[in-house]
Amino acid sequence: MTKIEKIGRTESKGAVDVTRRGFLVGTLAVGTLTMGYGLLPAVGGLAEAKAAGSFAPNIWFTMDEAGKVIVNITKAEMGQHVGTPLSQALAEELEVPWDDVSIAYVSTAPEYGLFVTGGSWSVNWTFDQMSRAGAAGRIALMEAAVKHWGVALSELRAEQGMVHHAKSGRKISYGDLVKAGATARAFSEDELKGITLKDPASRRYVGKPMPALDIPAKTNGSATFGLDVFVEGMVYATPKVPPVRYGAKVKSVDDSAAKKVAGYQGHVVINDVTGTTTGWISVLADSYPQAIKARDALKVDYDLGVNAKVSSADILADAKKLQKSGAGAQLFVKDGDSAKAIKGAKTRHEAVYTTQLNIHAPLEPMNAVVEVKDDVYHIHTGNQFQTLAVGLVPAALQIDPSQVVVHQYHLGGGFGRRLESDYILVAALTAKEAGKPVKLIYSREADTVMDFTRTLTHQKLTGGGADGRLVGLEQQVVSAWATARQTPAFLADSVDKQGKVDPFSINGSDHWYSIPNQTVRTIKSELAQSATPSGQLRSVAPGWTFWAVECFLDEMAHKMGVDPLKMRLAMLDSQGKNAGSAPMAVGGASRLANVLQMAADKGGYGKKMPANTGIGIASVSAQERATPTWTACATQVHVNPKTGEFKVEKMTLVIDVGTAVNPDGVRAQVEGGALWGLSLATKEFANMKNGAIQQDNYDTYTPLRMEDMPDIDVTVLSPGHYPVGCGEPGVTVVAPTIANAIFAASGARVRDLPITAAAVKAAMA
Amino acid sequence: MATLKINGATKTVDVPADTPLLWVIREHLRMTGTKFGCGKGLCGACTVHIDGVATRTCITPVDAAEGTDITTIEGLGGDHPVQKAWVAEQVPQCGYCQSGQIMQAAAFLKDNPNPSGDDIVGAMTGNLCRCMAYKRIKAAVARAATDMQKG
Repeated sequence: MTKIEKIGRTESKGAVDVTRRGFLVGTLAVGTLTMGYGLLPAVGGLAEAKAAGSFAPNIWFTMDEAGKVIVNITKAEMGQHVGTPLSQALAEELEVPWDDVSIAYVSTAPEYGLFVTGGSWSVNWTFDQMSRAGAAGRIALMEAAVKHWGVALSELRAEQGMVHHAKSGRKISYGDLVKAGATARAFSEDELKGITLKDPASRRYVGKPMPALDIPAKTNGSATFGLDVFVEGMVYATPKVPPVRYGAKVKSVDDSAAKKVAGYQGHVVINDVTGTTTGWISVLADSYPQAIKARDALKVDYDLGVNAKVSSADILADAKKLQKSGAGAQLFVKDGDSAKAIKGAKTRHEAVYTTQLNIHAPLEPMNAVVEVKDDVYHIHTGNQFQTLAVGLVPAALQIDPSQVVVHQYHLGGGFGRRLESDYILVAALTAKEAGKPVKLIYSREADTVMDFTRTLTHQKLTGGGADGRLVGLEQQVVSAWATARQTPAFLADSVDKQGKVDPFSINGSDHWYSIPNQTVRTIKSELAQSATPSGQLRSVAPGWTFWAVECFLDEMAHKMGVDPLKMRLAMLDSQGKNAGSAPMAVGGASRLANVLQMAADKGGYGKKMPANTGIGIASVSAQERATPTWTACATQVHVNPKTGEFKVEKMTLVIDVGTAVNPDGVRAQVEGGALWGLSLATKEFANMKNGAIQQDNYDTYTPLRMEDMPDIDVTVLSPGHYPVGCGEPGVTVVAPTIANAIFAASGARVRDLPITAAAVKAAMA
Repeated sequence: MATLKINGATKTVDVPADTPLLWVIREHLRMTGTKFGCGKGLCGACTVHIDGVATRTCITPVDAAEGTDITTIEGLGGDHPVQKAWVAEQVPQCGYCQSGQIMQAAAFLKDNPNPSGDDIVGAMTGNLCRCMAYKRIKAAVARAATDMQKG
């Protein structure tokens, strides 16, 4: 069973704590934060984000006198079993029996640095760090044995929790060394870097499908989620949310009817100076059902604000206008002269792709328990971006960041929804006003209509082709920019340094196909930004950029009369900037070509199909160009030529993750991810009318069910390179394969997500 | 005031008669393995057995459960063949829906010990898994059926 406990230690920088009962290894940060977000500057005005670039000491595991190891996990557990591969890396180098390993999801503390889980980053960012933390622990224990026996370090060997001295035949367990007062020590960054890690051939755990450490507790009801927390004297709260997604204000509240609801304990109008929420009220009661009744009895007069009339159609119309004018466009990719190349090309093509609003809808509604003890706000919840919460809560409550601790629990689904702090802020503000501990629970309806949605996107692609490949490509994307709202300091410079881009709204467009003349621009829609505050939804921008690129390549291939597979393979030539480099992208585009060819072969691409059946292919290098996970899919779809109804029959995926630290865990992520891709492409639709999201529960917002599941065939490749992520690439690759398969089956080209039978039928006509 | 027989024990709780059973189980009795997902019987996260029948507790008033035999995930025993199959197939991802999935599957297999693949889909499709671990859920139900046949 996993343990959830608070870490109370705050050692001074570089120090290592040795207690009588516990042995800790402290390491100076290895510097893995220099990837992804870590490259980016700290958030202006938010003190917590300084941690992103700092070299604070970190403590990665403890060992007790029985040799039992608790690995401290700073990553959120939301279904990826993240603690297991990280423990595999650490236990591998520490040399301990797997049965002695358990994990703890630690509470926020400065020495751990950045707390963020997303982007398929976890293993990629921390594999080396966890490996070296384990190795450092083994070395410290062996040094303790040197002192214990008075022999040379070179005569010792550590294996499976024991230190052996071959010459004398003596051995001593790690636990006994801890009992004897093993003196741990700090390792400098250089020392850590200098440690020689195991040869991959001699690994016991890394690369093996170790059973996930968190799974047993998830089969007997004992896994503790945020919703399962109780503190003494707490009251329940639920939000009454305004009829407009963003921008409303509470003018007045009449609770005379609510006062007649048994258990009602009053309400708090949320004054959220961070702007994360607008026009919310917390309703307090003795129980959740009573809070819901009181919420419904509350009469509220609102100023509905500037977004009160906005609809999805308005956002789309605005996007079209921006697409045409190019106002505010920022450059993300600029290679050669695309306009000239396209103008002079033999084959030219233009197409527009759109995606509609999507909702995270994790099964556990947002919730948090907040208790104030000794002026410290203890927040009990499941969250993916605790560092942000620890910055926003002090800003909202006018307190010092040291007065906020986030205690982490299992997340009943994250998918990017729990990168947000809204529920933490509302719970903290409510607890402050109520003067007692609060357990805040969103209703499913509040959770759905107040989601930080995946933005509506509008993309225009223009291409020129000759000799079976593209010579020029232009892609312009209009969307809301989640980063501009949530973490504006993480915006990056445009390639011409003329402005800012949100890399998380455009990445994926910097793909690995060799196109000598390529231009990518990104435009922020201020209307979408205001009316539909967007968030990161599992697969982020690659969920829409590859949708457009992979459909467009298919269209270009057909227009040029070449096979879509052959055209892609010709362009995945590993030339120039697509040659790849160590450690993250060894082999470059050739590895993408490899998985694409494999998926096509395994999926039956090119074979004779039954009537009205086709196979569509796509390949993606999600999530980020710097850390590509080479992923391809071939999907078989049957289309009813009369009605346009279509059935996804089989999805064949091949994914190359460098090293699959836990191959079964990778497989599970790709299986779930592929179904996510299918769900987003065919089942999940949300829209805005009068400033409000129109769907509010699983009857109107309808993620895929078991009855919708096609056959899924997943192949995981682990060629031994540095591990990259696996949580999202499987999501991004699926949608274009379905559209391409529908075209292959019926000749109907659809360009809007989610794909509907009506759209297919219309495209056939 | 309601008196409930739950996992073999008798419990008395002081709640209004229309309180959904879910909240009584979770928040009053603090058996938190049963989860809140939708509040409308749409997702299945709150599924328990009432007299052996898989039931959505978020839309079952507590007074309707009086005089019945209630079994929650905590009462399933831990080594139920369905739970073992769930571990063997490494089914759960986030795990939040899994108590409901397991309770649904356990009741289903009691009624249909030798199900076809379509039977499994028909019985389980009402239980939403947002992580979409459906492939493994289906495999685990089939495995549990086989294991139970073997005895």
